[in-house]
Amino acid sequence: MTTQIEAKPKTPDAPLTIHGRTFNSRLVTGTGKYADYETMQLALEASGCEVVTVAVRRERLVNQQGQSLLDFIDTDRYTILPNTAGCFTAQDAVRVARLGRELLDQLGNPGAGWVKLEVLGDKKTLLPDPVGTIEACAQLVADGFDVLCYTSDDPVCAQRIKDTGAASVMPAGSPIGSGQGVLNPNNIVLCLEALKRDDPDYPVIVDAGVGCASDVARAMELGTDGVLLNTAIAHAKDPVLMATAMRHACVAGRASHLAGRIEKKLYATASSPFEGAISFIPGE
Amino acid sequence: MQITVNGRPKTVPDRLTLERLVADQGLAQTACAAEVNTILVPKAERDAHTLADGDIVELVTLVGGG
Repeated sequence: MTTQIEAKPKTPDAPLTIHGRTFNSRLVTGTGKYADYETMQLALEASGCEVVTVAVRRERLVNQQGQSLLDFIDTDRYTILPNTAGCFTAQDAVRVARLGRELLDQLGNPGAGWVKLEVLGDKKTLLPDPVGTIEACAQLVADGFDVLCYTSDDPVCAQRIKDTGAASVMPAGSPIGSGQGVLNPNNIVLCLEALKRDDPDYPVIVDAGVGCASDVARAMELGTDGVLLNTAIAHAKDPVLMATAMRHACVAGRASHLAGRIEKKLYATASSPFEGAISFIPGE
Repeated sequence: MQITVNGRPKTVPDRLTLERLVADQGLAQTACAAEVNTILVPKAERDAHTLADGDIVELVTLVGGG
């Protein structure tokens, strides 16, 4: 008879917490670039996310089919995280953040009061402007926002942003929409070291650059608290299937991080014991 | 008077309220945030906000984004 042992991990995990907001899913999913709203809705469901990002744009409330984004997002279910994408100055980012808060206030969504801050420095690479980012972050924090701040993977800049009062620092794995994954894991680790020193629960989220599920798992294995992505799902050949893959990768990467990987070694170590082997073993 | 709405010039009656402008655009029942001359005007204050000649109005909503 087989001995039955209850499968229960020794290492407990806690939900993702960002300044008092708690989420079981560590995947934050964007709502842009989908071929249609129906696919987006199914992909969000498959991703298991609880937070979705949106953009603020001039009134374009209906598409050609007479549909609006908000018709396809259950605002009672998802916490909406408005972004300041497309802003190249601190002043514009602050304006857009306030407009986003006003919209979410109208919807009665718990996302009112937080913002994914982006202040871009270059249209081609969409890399952040660090000076504008810190300037906008300071203004928004003073205005009562919880700021989740997109930045490069520069650990010094990440620290400055945290010092400015950001609720979460979100270093890019690689340029937005590039699908290159985490190009410099060492820098992400340095960001984590700096941001979590004396503050281990401070949330650090890899934002941007993910191309496939293994990129998400890798980011989570490094010890980040979450991953924010959009294009990798929206532009996959099968967005709903990719969303499923991302969901599992996020869970797997987190578990792998908590479980603690083995050290890498130059030589092999046999999993089956040599002791008791009936075969010829060189040198034994 | 002449104002600008979402980047386009628009001729509107004098002393038009922001509330009326939003309604005229067909946006009264939808999630829509309004800004006049880069300053946010909360929904509750639109009725009391009278537009002036040359005002630049932005009416925005939420769209897909990452």
